[in-house]
Amino acid sequence: MSSDMQPTLDDERVDPGERLTGEESLRDRLIMAVTGPNVTVTILAFVMAFVVGAVLIAFSDEASREALGYVTSRPSDFFTAAWDAITGAYGALISGALGSGTGITESLLAATPLILAGLAVALPFRAGLFNIGGEGQVIAGGMFAAYVGFNFPGLPLVVHLPLAVAAGFVGGAIMGFIPGILKVRTGAHEVIVTIMLNNIAIVLLDWTLTLPTFIGNATLSPKWLPIADSADLPTMFGSRLNIGIFMALVAAVVIHVFMERSARGFEIEAVGLNPTAATTAGMSVGRATIWALTLAGGLAGLAGSVQTLGVSDGGVTAGFSGGLGFDGITVALLGRSRVPGTVMAGLLFGALEVGGRAMQAEAGINLDLVGVLQALIILFVAAPALVRWLFRLDRPSRRAKAKEVTA
Amino acid sequence: MQLELQGITKRFPGVIANDHVDLVVRDGEIHGLLGENGAGKSTLMNILYGLYSADEGTILIDGEPVHFDGPGDAIDAGIGMVHQHFMLVPVFTVAENVTLGTEFAHVGGRLDRQAANDAVRDLSRKHNLPLEPDVLVEDLPVGLQQRAEILKALYREAKLLILDEPTAVLTPQEADDLFEAMAKLRDDGRSLVFISHKLREHRAIADRISILRRGKIVGTADPRTASDEELAELMVGRPVDLVVDKPQSSPGEVVLDLDDVDIADEDGVDVVQGITLQVRRGEIVAVAGVEGNGQTEFVNAVTGLHPIHDGRMLLLGDDLSDHSRVELLRGGIGHVPQDRNNEGLVGRMSIAENLVLDHWNSEPYAQRGLMQFRLIREHADHAIEAYDIRTPGADTLVGSLSGGNQQKVVVAREFDKDNALLVAAQPTRGVDVGSIEYIHKRIVEERDEGTAVLIVSSELDEVLALADRVAVMFHGHLVGPFDMPVDKGDIGRMMAGATPEEVFGPSGVPNPGAGGDQDAGERARRADAPRRGDGEVEA
Repeated sequence: MSSDMQPTLDDERVDPGERLTGEESLRDRLIMAVTGPNVTVTILAFVMAFVVGAVLIAFSDEASREALGYVTSRPSDFFTAAWDAITGAYGALISGALGSGTGITESLLAATPLILAGLAVALPFRAGLFNIGGEGQVIAGGMFAAYVGFNFPGLPLVVHLPLAVAAGFVGGAIMGFIPGILKVRTGAHEVIVTIMLNNIAIVLLDWTLTLPTFIGNATLSPKWLPIADSADLPTMFGSRLNIGIFMALVAAVVIHVFMERSARGFEIEAVGLNPTAATTAGMSVGRATIWALTLAGGLAGLAGSVQTLGVSDGGVTAGFSGGLGFDGITVALLGRSRVPGTVMAGLLFGALEVGGRAMQAEAGINLDLVGVLQALIILFVAAPALVRWLFRLDRPSRRAKAKEVTA
Repeated sequence: MQLELQGITKRFPGVIANDHVDLVVRDGEIHGLLGENGAGKSTLMNILYGLYSADEGTILIDGEPVHFDGPGDAIDAGIGMVHQHFMLVPVFTVAENVTLGTEFAHVGGRLDRQAANDAVRDLSRKHNLPLEPDVLVEDLPVGLQQRAEILKALYREAKLLILDEPTAVLTPQEADDLFEAMAKLRDDGRSLVFISHKLREHRAIADRISILRRGKIVGTADPRTASDEELAELMVGRPVDLVVDKPQSSPGEVVLDLDDVDIADEDGVDVVQGITLQVRRGEIVAVAGVEGNGQTEFVNAVTGLHPIHDGRMLLLGDDLSDHSRVELLRGGIGHVPQDRNNEGLVGRMSIAENLVLDHWNSEPYAQRGLMQFRLIREHADHAIEAYDIRTPGADTLVGSLSGGNQQKVVVAREFDKDNALLVAAQPTRGVDVGSIEYIHKRIVEERDEGTAVLIVSSELDEVLALADRVAVMFHGHLVGPFDMPVDKGDIGRMMAGATPEEVFGPSGVPNPGAGGDQDAGERARRADAPRRGDGEVEA
């Protein structure tokens, strides 16, 4: 049982001590870690990450480092310098991401695949499955979409584009189906299988980059043939932002309805929360597993599609996926595996990425700080007990109160 | 030693588990702690054993305030605890377990097994708790494992012994042995705290009883003078009807017909063998037995969770031996699983969702693949009302309900269906007295509406209260069934492995040829030439 157990009524009092078994499996604990923390903890995790980030900025800033040298004689110098560095950096971060039309469209563009890749992790999590294979599914989806995208150039856009996107979904879905069926049929653990499939996808992509079928004559800097205009995701507002963001949002709504309203989603949820009880109720763990992983693969495949049909429409290159599958894990974690949360987390990480670039350009802070910030956020989200303790959200600790017993 | 708890209060988020509990355990007494599940008994004892620390209050030992930072401090102060789930290392011997942490060693650190064995043997002799020191714990029956636990506490010189639900895992005979040992320990001057929610046991062994309800001590009673009704009322907070009011059964057609059924475990070994049993419309057949004698596999096979290895299973004449779980559930089998938390409920789903867990994808709760949550909620509101589930609402997470109310959710779901056969395993395990009363009443009602009811329970009292016919499961074999009434002691002996002939004499049935018991006499006559479908069973 989690520590944020629901309070019970006065007339039906439950003794949590009698229900803490101490035997929760690793799987249960991981699920708790991802779905457990509440909104307050998530927000506070954010605050903490930025506080730690501020300390890093302060101590890495040249001016404040100099002021640190005589901090005992004139401490205000150091604090002023540090404050300037911090506000400068975070100011650039925020204005870069949200302060201009371009910032906003760029943020949305960056958020698009993050939302989809996040959903690809969040959905299986609801079924109690860890999809570490987002990367491979993104690559497979992107390749399928691009292959359809650079072939059939004569087709009209209304036919060609949906066809390419659908191919991307199918490509990812196949990559998701494989660990699903292997788990159900042979018991192979999805974490191992999906990790291995990542490598297979990466190598497969590298191999296609040596074949004329995919790259034509471009042997020097290998790149797939360019996507036909009729399969290119149309852009909007005169910016680089394409309609992929709507695909992501529509996918999110569909998945949300699927999980919250559909019988299939209910089965997946029940299997994820208690596979034994679900089986006892006549549900099929295997069916839920395959559905969840296949759909997840499809979502990651869409993420790959928006990359190959949108951002990198010059042609597929090695590493076009850019670690999206792994970013998806962080996004899902921050979104607590719920669809709205995942969308928010995706938008946020998109904005952080764009803001980080501005921060680097304007305040001279390395983009890696954004990576550190993201990691810190996840760290604090994953350790809700730490955040609760830091902010005294919990009941007083055992030892602190123990003194009163004998007092 | 005398133990005194003063104003012990323990809060968990949203719950006060112990509310200013005052309790005195006198020197040399067995103090019964009676209370429903969730009343706060275990929390209180965990505080006493140093596992939790109280938010308020004082613990006094012989008048001196003490403070425990962990079980180590409590052990040093002379407090021992026998947990409900044993804290033993199965692959170690009794002596190794008992001396664990304070091992005998030769110079140089090599273990001195002989010294350990001797010490443990002396200890077991001294306290009249016979136990071989050099046997592996995993090879011991549960009752003797418990004895090892007690020895472990005594070895650490416990002067006050806490026994947390010690009888839950024992056969009636083992429980009697335990009571004898407890009495001996008391007579030697030790104090014991005995935790149980069974009134009968408190009356059998306790010198004084404290009753805990909702975290508060609501009374202290003398087991010699207090009646069961009074104790139950203190425990539950309202008058409780302890006797199941059950009219004569009127059995109809055969619903479940098991013919020489074998059930294999995962390794292909038959753990249940040769089960032949019929359950008829309008009767309750109860299977007694100590847990772990194949009941789990038996129930799972009948309800389609576990394949039948050999033999035949008919439900209303249809061969269902190879049918899947869903088909059996939709085909008219209601199933109250033995472990509601693991098998029966999804704790982190709402009551409403749990109430439709087994027909989640069928009309009317799902239409065109979409859940009809408004309907599911209405259904839940009705069930909460009809089954007296105490909850703030249908959206409450099942995991936050008390054990009794969780079980009522399972019962509501399974009983509400149009069942031909109802299979209930441990239907009132870990359920408070008030809910037991209620669930038993519903089971009898279900029977009277013409359902065939199969109860599997390790609670002998429950079996006796509900059964129209009773069978005993021992080592994967079914003994019986016998028509009620059957003497409780006789069932107890069969639970421990006695054959019907040993218990009832050559006829192998209770009261053979007795005037009022025609069925039994008839069965005895027919024993040589059993026929199928006549509503009787080959014993």
